[in-house]
Amino acid sequence: MQILHVEGLTKYFGGLAAVSGVDLTVEKGEILGLIGPNGAGKTTLFNLISGTLVPNAGKVLFKGEKISGLKPYVVCRKGLVRTFQSCKIFPEMSVFQNVLLGALFGAPEKIAWKKAAEVAEEAIAFTGLSAFHDLPAGSLTLVNQKRVEVARALATKPELLMLDEMMAGLNPTEVGEAMELVKRIRDSGITIIMIEHVMKAIMNICGRIIVLDHGKKIAEGTPEEISTSKTVIEIYLGE
Amino acid sequence: MKKSKRIAKYIVPVVIVLVVVLMAAVPSFTDPYKVVLLRTILMFAILTLSWSLFSGTTGYTSLATAAFYGAGLYTTAYLGDKLPLPLIVVCGGIAAFVLALLMGAITLRLKGIYFSIFTLSSVELIKQILHWYEINIIGVRGHYVTRVNDVTVYYVLLVITVLLMLTIYLIKRSRYGLALSSIGSCEEAAAHIGVNVVGLKVLTYAISSFFIGMAGAIMATAMLYIDSYVAFDLNYSFFPTLMAIFGGLGNILGPLVGAAVFTYLREILITKYPYHYMLIFGTVMVLTILYLPSGLIGLAQNIWKKLTNPAPEKGLKTEGGKHADTSC
Repeated sequence: MQILHVEGLTKYFGGLAAVSGVDLTVEKGEILGLIGPNGAGKTTLFNLISGTLVPNAGKVLFKGEKISGLKPYVVCRKGLVRTFQSCKIFPEMSVFQNVLLGALFGAPEKIAWKKAAEVAEEAIAFTGLSAFHDLPAGSLTLVNQKRVEVARALATKPELLMLDEMMAGLNPTEVGEAMELVKRIRDSGITIIMIEHVMKAIMNICGRIIVLDHGKKIAEGTPEEISTSKTVIEIYLGE
Repeated sequence: MKKSKRIAKYIVPVVIVLVVVLMAAVPSFTDPYKVVLLRTILMFAILTLSWSLFSGTTGYTSLATAAFYGAGLYTTAYLGDKLPLPLIVVCGGIAAFVLALLMGAITLRLKGIYFSIFTLSSVELIKQILHWYEINIIGVRGHYVTRVNDVTVYYVLLVITVLLMLTIYLIKRSRYGLALSSIGSCEEAAAHIGVNVVGLKVLTYAISSFFIGMAGAIMATAMLYIDSYVAFDLNYSFFPTLMAIFGGLGNILGPLVGAAVFTYLREILITKYPYHYMLIFGTVMVLTILYLPSGLIGLAQNIWKKLTNPAPEKGLKTEGGKHADTSC
C-alpha cells in the first residue's frame, strides 16, 4: 500500500531549481533511503513534504490526500513528522517536557494531559532516554539530543517518520545503536524515509534507495543496485 | 535542596496574597500621594506583566504596548460619559484585544527585529492617523475626560492586576504555556510537532493586550484631557520592556518587581535630582543589563541559592544548548 506519493515536485530558490520534477512513492512499512551529494536537494525535499516550504509545482499525497501547501502543524497531526539535520530540541526544557509537547500537540485529536504523559513516557523508554528524564535536553550529548528529537517525533504518533541525517556526527558504536533504533521503529509499524551520508547504515537498513543530484532523481533501487550503478558511483559514491 | 524548593513553592503564593491584602488596605491609612504613586506602579505592573506574558515567553519583542494602552485611553475618551465605569474598562480591553488580533495577524509572520520595528512604527502610525482624523474630519483635537477619584482608579487597577496574574498563572501551567515556551525556544521545531505557532502567538498577543487596554481605559479617568499625542506616547512601549528586563524575564515576579522598583526609582530621581535624573537612571539601566542579565529576580535567586546550598553541585552542566550542535 502506498503511504506517500510525490509527483513532479519542484521548488525554485531564485532562478535555481533546488528540487526539480521529483517523483517518488513510499510503501507502507518500508525504510526508504535518500542519498546524494551536498546541495542535491534532499533537505529541501523534506521541507516540501513536511510543509516547511510550499512547492512551485507538483503535489504531495499522504495516504491519498493532498498535503502540499498545508501548514507543518497540520501535516504533523495527519501523521507525518520529521526531524532536523541540525538537531532542533528545546534545550532549556527537560527531556520529558520536550517529548510531552509532541504528545500533546502532534496527536490528530485533542489528547488529555494524563494520556499524553503516558505516550511521552513510552517514547522516552522506547528511545532509551529514561535515565535523562528530568534533565534539561540541552545538557545531553549530541547522540542523546538526537534521540530526544526522535522520541518527540514518535510521541506525535506518526505513520510516516522522516529522519534528516540522524547519524551525522555519531561515532561507530552510536551509529550501530541508531540503526538498531531505526529498525525497531520500523518494526513498530512506522514507515521511514531517511536522509543519510553514513553509507554503512543506508546500505544495511534501507529496503530501497533514491539518489538525488542537482534536484533531480537520478537513480532508484535496492542497495545492491545502487552500490553497483555506474551513474551513482560517478556522481556520488566515487571509485 | 528539595526542602528549600518546597518552602519556595509555598512562600511565593503566600507573599503574593499578603501583598495584595496590604495593597487593598493601603488607601485607608496612607496619604493621597502614596496612593497615586502606587497607582502608577500598578499601571506599569499590568503593562509589564502583559508584555512579558507574550514577549517574555515567545521571544518576540513587541513595542506596540503604547498602541494597546492608547486604544484603552481612547475608548474612555469616546465612551466615558455614555457607559458605567466597569463596562468602559472592559470595552477598553476589547478595543485593545481586537487591535492586537489585527496587528498580530499581519505582523506575527515577521521574525526578530522586523517584528519589533513594525510594532514600534504601528504606534506612530495610529497616532498620526488619529491626529489627522481629529483635525481634518471632526475638527476637534482631543477629548476631555470626566475624572474618577484616585482611590477608585487604584482599586480597579488592583483588580486588573490580580486577574492578570491569575490568567498568567493558569496559562503557564497549561499545555498552552508549555507550547508558548516551545515557540520561544525553537519555533520551527514547535511547528513541526503539531503546535499551531501563528494561531497561538496571535491569540496570546491579543489576550495580553486585553489587560493593557483595560489599564488604559481606567487610567484615562485619572487624566483630564486626552489627545493622540498623550495616548500613543512611545514611552508606554519602552518602559514596560525596560521594566521587564530590569526585574528579570521568565518569572511572574520579575516584571512585578521590575515595574515597582523602576517606577519608584524614577519617581525619587525625578523629584530629588530633576536635572540629573536621566543621567543617573540611564547609568542604573546600563549597569543592570551589564551585570544582572537575569534582572533583580535573577540576583535574588542567586543569593537564595548560595544561602541554601553553599556548595554548588559540580559535574552536570545545565546551560541550555551549549553542549552540542543545536541551531535553535
